[in-house]
Amino acid sequence: MTDNAFTPGIRSGRLSADDYTENFSDLHPRLDDHEALVAADRCYFCHDAPCITACPTDIDIPLFIRQIATGTPEAAARTILTQNIMGGMCARVCPTETLCEEVCVREVAEGKPVLIGQLQRYATDILMEEGVHPFTRAPATGKSIAVVGAGPAGLSCAHRLAMHGHDVTMYDPRAKAGGLNEYGIATYKTVDDFAAREVDWLLQIGGITVETGKALGADLTLDALRERHDAVFLGIGLGGVNALGLEDEDKDGLRDAVDFIADLRQASDVANIPVGRDVVVIGGGMTAVDAAVQAKLLGALNVSLVYRRGRERMNASVLEQDLAASKGVRIITNASPRAVIGNGAVREIEFEYTSDDLSPTGQTFRLAADQVFKAIGQTLQGTDLPTLEGRKIAVNDAGRTSLTDVWAGGDCAAGGDDLTVTAVAEGRDAAEDIHASLTAAAG
Amino acid sequence: MADLTSTFIGIKSPNPFWLASAPPTDKEYNVRRAFDAGWGGVVWKTLGEAGPPVVNVNGPRYGAIYGADRRLLGLNNIELITDRPLEVNLEEMKRVKRDYPDHALIASLMVPMNEDAWKEILRRVEDTGCDGVELNFGCPHGMSERGMGSAMGQVPEYVGQVAHWCKKHSDLPVIVKLTPNITDIRKPAQAAKEGGADAVSLINTINSITSVDLDLFSPEPTIDGLGAHGGYCGPAVKPIALNMVAEIARDPATAGLPISGIGGITTWRDAAEFMTLGAGNVQVCTAAMTYGFKIVEEMISGLSQWMDEKGMQDTAEIVGRAVPNVVNWQDLNLNYIAKAVIDQDACINCGRCYAACEDTSHQAISMSENRIFEVIDEECVACNLCVNVCPVEGCISMQQMAPGTTDPRTGKVVEKDYANWTTHPNNPGHCAAE
Ligand SMILES: Cc1cc2nc3c(=O)[nH]c(=O)nc-3n(C[C@H](O)[C@H](O)[C@H](O)COP(=O)(O)OP(=O)(O)OC[C@H]3O[C@@H](n4cnc5c(N)ncnc54)[C@H](O)[C@@H]3O)c2cc1C
Ligand SMILES: Cc1cc2nc3c(=O)[nH]c(=O)nc-3n(C[C@H](O)[C@H](O)[C@H](O)COP(=O)(O)O)c2cc1C
Ligand code: SF4
Ligand code: SF4
Ligand code: SF4
Repeated sequence: MTDNAFTPGIRSGRLSADDYTENFSDLHPRLDDHEALVAADRCYFCHDAPCITACPTDIDIPLFIRQIATGTPEAAARTILTQNIMGGMCARVCPTETLCEEVCVREVAEGKPVLIGQLQRYATDILMEEGVHPFTRAPATGKSIAVVGAGPAGLSCAHRLAMHGHDVTMYDPRAKAGGLNEYGIATYKTVDDFAAREVDWLLQIGGITVETGKALGADLTLDALRERHDAVFLGIGLGGVNALGLEDEDKDGLRDAVDFIADLRQASDVANIPVGRDVVVIGGGMTAVDAAVQAKLLGALNVSLVYRRGRERMNASVLEQDLAASKGVRIITNASPRAVIGNGAVREIEFEYTSDDLSPTGQTFRLAADQVFKAIGQTLQGTDLPTLEGRKIAVNDAGRTSLTDVWAGGDCAAGGDDLTVTAVAEGRDAAEDIHASLTAAAG
Repeated sequence: MADLTSTFIGIKSPNPFWLASAPPTDKEYNVRRAFDAGWGGVVWKTLGEAGPPVVNVNGPRYGAIYGADRRLLGLNNIELITDRPLEVNLEEMKRVKRDYPDHALIASLMVPMNEDAWKEILRRVEDTGCDGVELNFGCPHGMSERGMGSAMGQVPEYVGQVAHWCKKHSDLPVIVKLTPNITDIRKPAQAAKEGGADAVSLINTINSITSVDLDLFSPEPTIDGLGAHGGYCGPAVKPIALNMVAEIARDPATAGLPISGIGGITTWRDAAEFMTLGAGNVQVCTAAMTYGFKIVEEMISGLSQWMDEKGMQDTAEIVGRAVPNVVNWQDLNLNYIAKAVIDQDACINCGRCYAACEDTSHQAISMSENRIFEVIDEECVACNLCVNVCPVEGCISMQQMAPGTTDPRTGKVVEKDYANWTTHPNNPGHCAAE
């Protein structure tokens, strides 16, 4: 190996094969049986448990933990998957520290929550490894529904509709289904091709056809879909990326963080993914943290994450900020990018210190950068969509849009956090509402 | 999915999980919520004679024993039978049964030792539409001082006599609830059967004092400086109850007599164990009082998963499956030889097995300088103590030695044929054919 951490420029193969393997292995390996029993034992089986309320999909957490404690992890998995068909992925990617585990009574009392996420993974992994798909379809209804976008929102919606006996066609421009589970989530959160395996497992319900290479707007129109199907669900996520609004934003070395992450996720060998020696990530959310951490894990020497406001305003949770810091990412706050410097390729970025309300201070500094990732938010893309609220599709609680036969959920719909688990919940709830309205119309 | 519907002495319920007669079943409000939560049946809190109801203490009525993390293992109570008027209970029972026709509703009864009293209370409960009656011969405190409850249950003749009166004056199925506060549980069970009872249920609570207040020098729960013995229940009593159920199931005099199993049932597994030892269904009190009605969901999912795994379709297939394997000590195979084996990958090197074996058993575990613990086969008698004290489930297991191999402890070859104490040469009365 000739390249190493000190080699300037954007290079692949900075690390040894062992280091790559170590860096991109499972962040939290599955609990073994003993660990699971010890962890499950700590749950108090609270009444009307706060953890259930905090879970966007309302998983009956005390029940599934008790089922683990009594030696029936398969029953526990059923309890989880009944509420959240992507309970396996959510167990890996949910920011539990701001959801169920934050309000666990043992977190509040002792600062040590029951390990809800890891127990959820333990149970769902066991059932999925047994190859069991615990749900069956109701008798066919003859209704057909288009689900546009095969991310967590679309897949969750499609599964619930298929369970109710409807036929579902999913449309997605990408080569693989899964949405950001497949192209976005950090590598070390979903190892061993879990996203694809989960999609295959989910589709075992039957009645779902996935058509890849089909984009709404380019290959399909909403009107045609409404014509062809009894209902349409939009789960198209946020396909666009916000720009920095600087001159010279097209210099070599400047990239959208989501593209870098997608390349990583699709790489057959992460050693082939090039990374800079001096990397700067601009943004303060989960995408920024994931890009920064993974750049560091790829062997970048200096990685700085620069956010324009104060630390407490960052969208990334404290746990994620700590993860970044522990991997050696330097977090700089209250600094906004002002100029991209370099001849053809980026060499430095100039920042100005800004207060929390973004008012300029006049004080500037420069960071050396041979690679810059932009992670300042994704946006909804597309024309010809139902009425928007702000920059997303307006929906009611059941996911209904301004068009009678069109529902929406997940990141593309207004309201709710941009999280996998929220997308799953919204897809499921929209499916229930679609089912109710189709069966009411028939009856 | 396995079918959990259950028929016990002709009484149908959606599952074999009933709530035992106790505070959870003391009123309509509770029972409706219990049925809605998934319980298959209830035995209503014990009713007494008409007239002014009994009066409970107004201080604490429970004491408890805890395991690690303040897990409640044993509960002690000094509560009496229902302290609400008979008429109110009867009206509520009637309303509930009308609204939940598919759930089991049993009336628990306790009146003095005279035929008219039993005849009268039976007449009144029949009118509620209940599915059967349970005779409370078990309450070990308060009521027993008044000549009822366990005071009657400890005299097998009384048990038989009352069962007989009840069958004579009513067509309802009769369950006799037994007290464990007796030397030989088979005797009242036999008496119940002879008296014509359709089933027995057991156990009621065990006489107990859970703790003593060391400042007041008074048993707990302490009421104004004094305490009385109470009745013990919860997970701690399960082993005692299991044995008593098995004793009745395998006694030729009572074999086949339907049993409703009670005592410490907390999980699906506990329930399954009672049923394999002969219980046709189970009743639960402390687990519901500790965790709420919702725990029945785990019992339902767990039992049906286990039945599916075993290929069983009907709960009746579970009942009594383990009874033939409950024998007397003298029938155990002395040629079965096992050794403890430690899974070094699972071992966390705590040394508890070593302390137990070295200090109190057979010095059959070695400890190395770097804290590796290994079984010494030359010394191991397979007593199982290390398995029981090891904090890691499944870390130490007992493995049978194959016939033909030599036991390094005795130097003898392991025989393949079964041989028990009755034929053993060391038994002064051995009966081997020589
Ligand atoms: C880098 C990154 C890391 C993240 N990490 C986490 C995390 O750790 N935990 C967490 O909970 N959340 C995380 N998130 C957020 C989470 O991934 C999203 O909230 C979630 O995936 C939203 O699901 P969705 O189904 O709405 O959209 P998506 O997952 O975006 O799926 C949308 C699908 O629609 C398809 N599509 C787009 N446009 C069209 C069109 N015109 N026609 C047809 N199909 C279309 C896309 O190809 C895609 O398959 C992360 C997001 C990113 C970007
Ligand atoms: C507070 C309390 C009150 C009880 N009252 C009665 C009763 O009125 N009649 C009765 O037959 N058993 C009564 N029992 C005994 C229970 O029905 C049951 O037999 C016993 O608690 C064992 O079961 P468990 O270990 O599941 O609690 C009572 C138990 C408790 C804890
Ligand atoms: S809040 Fe914590 S202890 Fe309570 S039920 Fe939820 S996981 Fe268990
Ligand atoms: S459990 Fe309820 S009735 Fe009993 S002491 Fe506590 S508050 Fe009072
Ligand atoms: S008790 Fe169990 S864990 Fe502890 S040293 Fe012995 S075998 Fe290992």
